[in-house]
Amino acid sequence: MSGHSTYEPKSGFERWLDVRLPIVRLMNDTIVTFPTPKNLNYWFTFGGILALVLGLQIVTGIVLAMHYVPNADMAFASVERIMRDVNYGWLIRYMHSNGASMFFLAVYLHMFRGLYYGSYKAPREVLWILGCTIYLVMIITAFMGYVLPWGQMSFHGAVVITNLVGSLPIVGGPITTWLWGGFAVDNATLNRFFSLHYLLPFVIAGLVILHIWALHVTGNNNPTGVNVKSENDTVPFHPYYTVKDGFAIGVFLLLYMSFVFYNPNALGDPVNYVPANPLVTPAHIVPEWYLLPFYAILRAVPDKLGGVILMFGAIAVLFLLPWLDTSKVRSMRYRPTARLYFFIFVFVSLVLGYCGGQLPDGQVIPGLSGLVLLDADINSFVWLSRVATLYYFAYFLIILPMLGLTETPLPVPESISDPVLSHPASTPVGAMAAPEKRG
Amino acid sequence: MLRKSIALAALGLALISGPALAAGEPKEPRSVAWTFAGPFGKFDAAQVQRGYKVYREVCAACHSMDLMFFRNLGQKHGPFYDPKYPNPNDNPYVKSLAKDIQVNDIDSETGDTIQRAALPADKFPLPFPNEAAARASNGGAAPPDLSVITKSREGGPDYIYSLLTGYVNAPAGLTVGPGQYYNPYMPGDLKSYWTGKGEAPKGGFIAMAPPLAVDKVTFDDGTKSTVDQQARDVVAFLAWASEPKQTERKQFGLGAMIYLFIFTLLLWFSYKRVWRNIAH
Repeated sequence: MSGHSTYEPKSGFERWLDVRLPIVRLMNDTIVTFPTPKNLNYWFTFGGILALVLGLQIVTGIVLAMHYVPNADMAFASVERIMRDVNYGWLIRYMHSNGASMFFLAVYLHMFRGLYYGSYKAPREVLWILGCTIYLVMIITAFMGYVLPWGQMSFHGAVVITNLVGSLPIVGGPITTWLWGGFAVDNATLNRFFSLHYLLPFVIAGLVILHIWALHVTGNNNPTGVNVKSENDTVPFHPYYTVKDGFAIGVFLLLYMSFVFYNPNALGDPVNYVPANPLVTPAHIVPEWYLLPFYAILRAVPDKLGGVILMFGAIAVLFLLPWLDTSKVRSMRYRPTARLYFFIFVFVSLVLGYCGGQLPDGQVIPGLSGLVLLDADINSFVWLSRVATLYYFAYFLIILPMLGLTETPLPVPESISDPVLSHPASTPVGAMAAPEKRG
Repeated sequence: MLRKSIALAALGLALISGPALAAGEPKEPRSVAWTFAGPFGKFDAAQVQRGYKVYREVCAACHSMDLMFFRNLGQKHGPFYDPKYPNPNDNPYVKSLAKDIQVNDIDSETGDTIQRAALPADKFPLPFPNEAAARASNGGAAPPDLSVITKSREGGPDYIYSLLTGYVNAPAGLTVGPGQYYNPYMPGDLKSYWTGKGEAPKGGFIAMAPPLAVDKVTFDDGTKSTVDQQARDVVAFLAWASEPKQTERKQFGLGAMIYLFIFTLLLWFSYKRVWRNIAH
């Protein structure tokens, strides 16, 4: 895929096949000889981890679909029956439900790495946009999957989220009815969500192939953000990164499986083990942890349509990031000011996640009653969410565009091998042969 | 940098995992040292057997367990499991437990609704024919199904235990409606029922009268039948019923984790060896 190929067909059959369908050559160029920067750290292992988790989700999901009944009266019991009567059904189901959480954990770390090392910058814009598309489809898939057990949170979560569409002027109502397949979230909704939940993972798999294709055209970014200059800067993907990714996958699986075997319900809401009842609304409707930041943004806005726009805007802004960040320096290793604002951004995203799990009018500092501003006490999670939402958007729309023009980055190494041979931490600043580079 | 980031991420996860609490927080459940807690925990068969008796003689009058079959009692890691009968439907003890219970059936000759003694393959029968009937007989509150009760409540087994043993007289100043009982562990909001001084008491109203009493159930193994004992035993039974594959899961998990650990260790050494000549 990356242009030059060093593949030599070894057997007669391979030579025969190579001139007809060079699939062995493709695989060889992609996962064996692919030149990869030699300075990739563990933050760069999450791509491999994500590929594995996607595979596991698809395999466990296909087996679950063999036993699951997509019917409003039977769905809940069928999921429990999988865990009670299907051989190793408990393992398959808990791997799938915890796998969703692990998928998001890994994707957030993968995005964190991309944001920190500037992996979205030219020439990797398409690679980044494909990644954002995968993330968006993942959210939709996870949401639909969460509806399938038809517990209380499944049902009422589906009601809340599908009703968001209803906030659109004029077309909102008809579209909501069309999505539901009726006039309320019911059996028809469950059926179509099941169908789409089965379809979308294959869409994700297709997007992942494009994502890897785009990656192999531009080559990997690396912690220095400096382009590969010579063969000295790279090692072949196999065995160097197969073994490093393999080790990271092992560590990740240890974490994943500790949830599956010892704490399978820790990441879920207990209320979802109560069968769906349209007449009883749970005291506190919350999405799964991985969507809480967006839920906080949604609730931060007093107007429903405004909340929906900001919530989707929080994802949409990611697509524009390659053009919002004006700095030419990729890695934040050499952008101390940007790094500070970035860590605040990460912290703010976690704060949003925390706010999403709390009641909006709950007190941030218990017992302290402050000033009522607009519609709520200043000491409330809704106000904390508002401040955090403001920073979230300001980071992308103001801070990053401005910083690239105003900040003074640290000297960037000449090549990947440079800091490898003399790590900046152990070298005097003047020793680095790099001129001042400004964005 | 890496270490700092990990610490930040860990802090974030710790914040996220904080439980979401509804208004009018109930009392924190008392924690019990369950035999089935932790990665090596197992159910105490004798305790789960006693718990089944409590369920059968007390709870089953009002609470269904729609996901449970009598055969479950005799399956591996179940309370009446006997290695001589790998198929629980053959287990004579389970058969005799089932036989004590009448279930509805259809006479295949006449089509009439009949009652017959249950078989291990039968579900636990429902105490009420439908939800409306359950409500009508219980002052408007349908008793919840207990099949997955310990995993469907915040606090799990500790919460159910605390609720069962936590009934106290309502403090003066709290207006308790007819057919309602005050329980400090029950989630709810008592502000509008409170006329006493200070803040409204923690907890809420529950429509279930205190279900357990001293010697209400006679334990076959001679265990003293206190309210606390009955509550512990029935919660152990309910926890087993909520996750009947829990012991299998933990045992399987131990092997899987050891395998994964060794596999990861080998990959670490392979990584060190493969990369030994590369400066990076």
